[in-house]
Amino acid sequence: MKYFYTLLLVVLVCAGAIAKDASPLAEDPLVEQRLITISEELRCLVCQNESLAGSRADLAMDLRRELRTLIKQGKTDAEIREFMVSRYGDFVLYRPPVKPSTWLLWLGPFGLMAVGLVALFVYLRRRNSEVATAAGLTEEERVRAEALLQEGDK
Amino acid sequence: MNTKTLIPLALFAVLVGFLAMGLRLDPREVPSPLVNKPAPAFRVPQLEQPDAQFSPEDMKGQVWMFNVWASWCVACRQEHPVLMDFARAKVAPLIGLDYKDQRKDALGVLKRSGNPYDITAFDADGRVGIDYGVYGVPESYVIDKSGVIRYKHIGPITVEAMEKTIIPLINELKKS
Repeated sequence: MKYFYTLLLVVLVCAGAIAKDASPLAEDPLVEQRLITISEELRCLVCQNESLAGSRADLAMDLRRELRTLIKQGKTDAEIREFMVSRYGDFVLYRPPVKPSTWLLWLGPFGLMAVGLVALFVYLRRRNSEVATAAGLTEEERVRAEALLQEGDK
Repeated sequence: MNTKTLIPLALFAVLVGFLAMGLRLDPREVPSPLVNKPAPAFRVPQLEQPDAQFSPEDMKGQVWMFNVWASWCVACRQEHPVLMDFARAKVAPLIGLDYKDQRKDALGVLKRSGNPYDITAFDADGRVGIDYGVYGVPESYVIDKSGVIRYKHIGPITVEAMEKTIIPLINELKKS
């Protein structure tokens, strides 16, 4: 019986040696890597808050299949993005392109900041001059202030 | 009242304006870049006769409507009576695209509830759908005599959309 257990132990310990490496999920890891990089920047149109890389929607799977084919054909990233944009519009891009219809989107925040800075500048200038006039001393007061300061120095 | 105290109120009004506009927009309605572009070419088997094929080329010289549907699509059932009326009125040829479907199921639906389509093209793997930017069935396209997409409707066609937008547009395109 003791032998049986020893044998069983040996078999179990050695089982790990027989196990194969996990086979890669995709036939070509390089293609898959590029697919993920590209599709992370693309929106899935079915679940609009998910990227094409992460979505389990049926359409997303089909599109990933299409993109895989395009990658294997040796298309550049720009060509692949164009493939998507020509079908679904700029909406699929998480990074919208800079063009007249998106100027407000891209430049709006800077415009708002400029307005804020101008308002701040005007406000500070006005307050400064108000402080200056409020602190304006008459000749008599100035002489007295100087005398007091000199006294403090001693 | 000091005009200065009105500034926050004015800013708030602007904010409300933007939010009100945002509420009216439907994120599902993605403007299609395909409008005013030539309809993508394809050639696929027909649903009813698997040996025969259909290509948009066959429709050159006619104004036609292209409707993407599927037997598994619930919203398509909602639009079905509108399409039946459209077919009965003989406004223009109606071509269907059965998208990612099983032949048996699709034929069953047409048999049960009526077939408004002159021809139904069969897009088993959704490849044609991708070229047409389909992301939710049903979607419909109005294509003019020279094969240019002139209008895209996303979601089920309502009676209102059909009568106020699609039919007038088709009649207009027929004249040119």
